Amino acid sequence: MPTIEVAGKTIEVDEEGYLQNRTDWSEEIATAMAKEDDCDLTQNHWEVINFLREYYDEYQIAPAVRVLTKAIGKKLGPDKGNSKYLYELFPYGPAKQACKYAGLPKPTGCV
Amino acid sequence: MLHTVNKSPFERNTLESCLRHAKKGSAVLLIEDGVYGALKGTTVSGKVSEAMKSVTVYALQPDIEARGVQNRVLDGIKLVDYGGFVDLVTEHNATQSWL
Amino acid sequence: MTDEMMEEGGAPGGVVKKFLYVNRKAPYGTIYALESLEVVLISAAFEQDVSLAFLDDGVYQIVKGQDTKSVGVKNFSPTYRALEGYDVEKLYVEKESLEARGLTEEDLIVPVQVISTEEIADLMESHDVILSF
Repeated sequence: MPTIEVAGKTIEVDEEGYLQNRTDWSEEIATAMAKEDDCDLTQNHWEVINFLREYYDEYQIAPAVRVLTKAIGKKLGPDKGNSKYLYELFPYGPAKQACKYAGLPKPTGCV
Repeated sequence: MLHTVNKSPFERNTLESCLRHAKKGSAVLLIEDGVYGALKGTTVSGKVSEAMKSVTVYALQPDIEARGVQNRVLDGIKLVDYGGFVDLVTEHNATQSWL
Repeated sequence: MTDEMMEEGGAPGGVVKKFLYVNRKAPYGTIYALESLEVVLISAAFEQDVSLAFLDDGVYQIVKGQDTKSVGVKNFSPTYRALEGYDVEKLYVEKESLEARGLTEEDLIVPVQVISTEEIADLMESHDVILSF
């Protein structure tokens, strides 16, 4: 099984880099995963990552990108609830990339 | 004699068949979807209550909780955990699983 | 499916069909309930007209208060509450199935329309595609 090393700890991930165990998650892990993608996490990134973690806690799934965009718009306003903004933050796809940093599985329906 | 039932009584006739074959003094343990047979106010509650006059009915608590029915269990049904399941198996001479 | 495809979504060729998911199984004894839910979530990307019907033991899928900690499987009942965000808002529950199990609308985790067996039958007639679980 693939692993990543963060702060001296070995963490299990799947073949695409998503955490095997959601309970392993920490901010350090998110930062390390982002660094691998040459992405420095800003406050705006954290807003989305934290939103996704809350969404998962409530509904037990990672939302599809359309659902994420709509929900972000509801919570953080229309200037953030649009795909242009979210793709600028997460160029690999807001649902896929942000979910990975948030320690969630890949959204249902993405392959 | 211990009987176990793991199918919903609304979908299969296993609980009914089990109760027909369970002799006086035997134990019936409801597990998995079988725990739906342990509930109040359903179309099978009467049959189970009637059976409880001659057999002891148990239900597996983790399966009850998973299904959100912990507040609907018929009076007189004994809830057991996994350890209790094992005890029932060892206490009885044989186990018939109604699959 | 890429994020882009999910985002564009939409019906191929712009044809919107009426899909009915018929859920008849209790949640944990078999995999049907979870499979149905996953297919609903995936197909929601295609912006079809989706309805869900819960009848027979399927009504147990949306009973409140499920707690799977001790059985070691995932409790997917909270996910039914996410369906609204996926624009899946037509949830029907068969009255007779609730009654046979001593359940009422108040015992359910999501807002639903409770309808009769006859109305469920009409629902089946009025849909283009039925997916049975």
